[in-house]
Amino acid sequence: MVTAEKDIEEILGKYPNASRDALIPVLQAVQEARGYLSREVVLRIGRHLKLPASKIYGVATFYNQFRFQAPGRNHVQVCRGTACHVKGSAAVLESVKRVLKVNPGETTKDGEFSLEVVACIGACGLAPVICVNGEFHASVTPQKIQDILDSYRGKAR
Amino acid sequence: MFEIEVNNRKIEARKGEMLLGALRRNGIHVPTLCHMENLFPTGACRLCVVEVNGQRNLVPSCAFPVYEGMTVQTHSPRVVRARKTIVELLLADHPDDCLYCVRNGNCELQKLAEQLGVRERRYTGAKSAYKLDISSPSITRDPAKCILCGRCVRVCEEVQTVSAIDFIGRGSKATVSTAFEEGLNVSSCVNCGQCVVVCPTGALREQSHVKEVLGVLNNPSKFVVVQHAPSISVSLAEEFGLKAGTDVVGKMTTALRRLGFQRVFDTSFSADLTILEEGSELVQRLTTGGKLPMLTSCSPGWIKFVETFYPDLVENLSTCKSPQQMMGAIIKSYYAQRQGIDPKSIYSVSIMPCTAKKFEAQRPEMGSDGTPDIDAVLTTRELARIIRMRGLDLAALEPQGADTPFGERSTAGKLFGATGGVLEAAIRTAHWLVTGAEMENLKVQAVRGLEGRKEARVKIGELELGVAAVNGLGNARKLLEELRAGRSDLHFIEVMTCPGGCIAGGGQPFNGDAEAVRARMQALYKIDRDEEQRVSHRNESVQRLYKEFLGKPLGEKSHHLLHTHYAPREVVM
Ligand code: SF4
Ligand code: SF4
Ligand code: SF4
Ligand code: FES
Repeated sequence: MVTAEKDIEEILGKYPNASRDALIPVLQAVQEARGYLSREVVLRIGRHLKLPASKIYGVATFYNQFRFQAPGRNHVQVCRGTACHVKGSAAVLESVKRVLKVNPGETTKDGEFSLEVVACIGACGLAPVICVNGEFHASVTPQKIQDILDSYRGKAR
Repeated sequence: MFEIEVNNRKIEARKGEMLLGALRRNGIHVPTLCHMENLFPTGACRLCVVEVNGQRNLVPSCAFPVYEGMTVQTHSPRVVRARKTIVELLLADHPDDCLYCVRNGNCELQKLAEQLGVRERRYTGAKSAYKLDISSPSITRDPAKCILCGRCVRVCEEVQTVSAIDFIGRGSKATVSTAFEEGLNVSSCVNCGQCVVVCPTGALREQSHVKEVLGVLNNPSKFVVVQHAPSISVSLAEEFGLKAGTDVVGKMTTALRRLGFQRVFDTSFSADLTILEEGSELVQRLTTGGKLPMLTSCSPGWIKFVETFYPDLVENLSTCKSPQQMMGAIIKSYYAQRQGIDPKSIYSVSIMPCTAKKFEAQRPEMGSDGTPDIDAVLTTRELARIIRMRGLDLAALEPQGADTPFGERSTAGKLFGATGGVLEAAIRTAHWLVTGAEMENLKVQAVRGLEGRKEARVKIGELELGVAAVNGLGNARKLLEELRAGRSDLHFIEVMTCPGGCIAGGGQPFNGDAEAVRARMQALYKIDRDEEQRVSHRNESVQRLYKEFLGKPLGEKSHHLLHTHYAPREVVM
């Protein structure tokens, strides 16, 4: 059964009427509270708003801001802003994906890393840049990724 | 009515209609992809664009209302170029797989490329990589071949109100998928296959059993039997270029024998059997205060729908297995005994208009002692493929009759193929069960036709029953909501998963428009009109089956072989 938990119920309580307009604000509030949208929570929201899970998932994936997996112990952000792009961030992202074996929005099976693609972190001078747990790594190359990520393995944030 | 000018010619248009409707009625063909008959236009694919005077941009004719004095160009160079570009862009991210594709020869995308004269690859893009979803026992999803027309999503949501699938993601990453992009088998999908019949490409197709069936047909140690559902003989013809509504039952029987099936049985026989069981169950519920209204249980997508969305009404479902399963069960028991064949050496195939039947056949409830009642299910389309593969010219075959004893049927059993048919057959037999006499007029006009819901009050002796026949799960949902809200004047409700019933099932020939479906229906009505044996309880082979084996309806043996129970299910919804 879908578990009802207090924080989620509180959020839903603010939107007593089953209405599609409430969907995005609810998703945002839940993501804010939990860091991601779990399966159980999506189903719970669906019951509350009388929307099928496929619709909620469809709407949520339309926007880049929602995650469906719990963040890892280390959170990796790869900047894909213009400056980083020009300096080769596409290859950097490929390298991170290869090393972690996950796609953006996902978390590694062991819960160690989660990956997010961000539009611009505002560190264009350091391009291409990745950011792990808030720490910037400047002028990264695909070759450096393995070492950078390894240095976080086993460390909590 | 007023006139509009199209391609420098005057045609008649009706006030309030969309331009596309007027064009079609007047024989002007404009290609479409996202357009769906009877659903609100979305104007998403833009393939139907035309030039209208005074409009700077091309307009989608499917979503553009007609008005007096308009002038339209449907095939100007500008329009054709625009359409061609759309198709070329679709092809840029499409696998070049036609030779190996199940839709080769009847694919709408292929046809469009041909019609628009696409002869070179002007756009090349990276092809997206997708995973094939083979998790469902009924349907295979191949997103690589999806052109995002949205028809499947709309049919699933708006017609069936299931919403198992939707658009996921956006831009170049958009796909059609389930919640959390999981397998269709764990979604709320009820396996109806309506998405498959509307899909223009090979992106959705049935989970094929062709290979297995061809395999056993070449295996001498197997005794391979086949049954065909009531609607197959009136829809198969279209696969061979014959007129919709042509009844090819005899030719099909010959074809099945040529393919190597050792016995050819008619599911309409077990439809008659179903009527005796279900009619008796209804009478029992009426007289002993059982759960009412009783809901029919011959349409497996509908059963799954109740189990999933209306668990509180599961007890209202008849406990009868469907005709397919009843036939399967008696072939491997009564028939095997009678013929001295080991049930384990029997391979039982059914030809069905339906993808949900593939799901039903593998339900754990549908067998005895670990032996499934049915081993493989072929859709009408799959049968047609095998017939073509074996080089048989259906139209030229000499008709033959079905095998005994399960080849005998009444026309009531045959009516199962169309919405309202089960109800009509049940009323005929319930009348006889209750009063001991036949109805004066066997035809129950009130439950005929293609409307989504038909209700009637019928008098059976002293009893007056409220009955309804609904088709399409959206229509079923509305009625179930009324029941939940306390409506209590109904005693018996027939529900068919697909709009129109089996004649428009998820396994039927592609491109079956409303007219074809109507023709299939009329063919069934004609059989009922022309033949003598019109009530299930007069089917002598059914009577013999009870005498020699089953005992009586709802008896011990029936209970074991022909009935089952259903339970609520938990899925992602
Ligand atoms: S879906 Fe159509 S166009 Fe695509 S590979 Fe199959 S036949 Fe060819
Ligand atoms: S088979 Fe029916 S329920 Fe399942 S996805 Fe297709 S249309 Fe929806
Ligand atoms: S799967 Fe078929 S019907 Fe559905 S969107 Fe894709 S092409 Fe259209
Ligand atoms: S058919 Fe008109 S826009 Fe798709």
